[in-house]
Amino acid sequence: MVDPDTAEKARVDAQFAELYRQHLRDVYSYAYYRVGDHHDAEDLTEQTFLQAYRHFPRALEESGGRPLRPWLIRIAHNLAANHYRDRSRRPQTHIDDSTVLPATHTTEDLVEGRDELKRILAGVQQLPDDRREALIMRFALGMDNREIARAMGRTDGATKVLLHRAIKQLEGIVDAKAKGGDR
Amino acid sequence: MSDAASTEFEALLRRALTPVEPPAELGARLEETLTSISLAAAEELESWELSAMRDPRNWARPAAAVLAGTAAGVALVVLRTKQRSKQRRRASKNVVDLAERTLHDALNEARRLWP
Repeated sequence: MVDPDTAEKARVDAQFAELYRQHLRDVYSYAYYRVGDHHDAEDLTEQTFLQAYRHFPRALEESGGRPLRPWLIRIAHNLAANHYRDRSRRPQTHIDDSTVLPATHTTEDLVEGRDELKRILAGVQQLPDDRREALIMRFALGMDNREIARAMGRTDGATKVLLHRAIKQLEGIVDAKAKGGDR
Repeated sequence: MSDAASTEFEALLRRALTPVEPPAELGARLEETLTSISLAAAEELESWELSAMRDPRNWARPAAAVLAGTAAGVALVVLRTKQRSKQRRRASKNVVDLAERTLHDALNEARRLWP
């Protein structure tokens, strides 16, 4: 006969494996845009899942059936914050375009479009941390306001305002760069 | 900026921040890390001298090692077993056969971790 504790543990582990499978790309994308390089993004992803595993049973209990993606991203967010605090450094600005920007076309229009995307990416890196993170969660991970609010520990209303301001500020940065010829 | 221009900008933003696929080796590395936690926990227990255990203040550390090792190991078995599910599905004749193969696979993984 299977010990009830063992059966419960197996059930929780199966749920963790599912969470890992579903959100590995989310965590990696968040980490990559947050730290700006693949090596550190891999480390951050690894640490996030290890820490998530350690606290998973409690998170399951406390989630009340709500999705755990915000919790996972919050762990990544805290680890990234510690990473910068420990090493006293800011995110890299040299996000590799070849990873992010598709290079399947050769027309002049698309070259221009790629330049614009590059300007946007560079602009994202110039935003204050909270605005940058909100944009990464919304546009790279496709999280809605409520999920972002939970991940950032804010209210839904404050998150909506944060996103709005982040987009406006980014538009300003990108416009200025375009007018200034990327100086 | 008008609403249309704003929507266009958001579309560009979505293209710029396209999701990034994790490298294939990351999954393997993550499994390895979980395995090493499991092994380190076992080694720590082995190297723990019995004499040290007479002092109750030392009991917390090996207890934590047991918990960490067991937990990480179980997760690893689940992850590895799950990763081979497509392979098993292809090889199985029917549902019962698939269930047997899954159980067999999980037991093999468990034996590798806890011989």
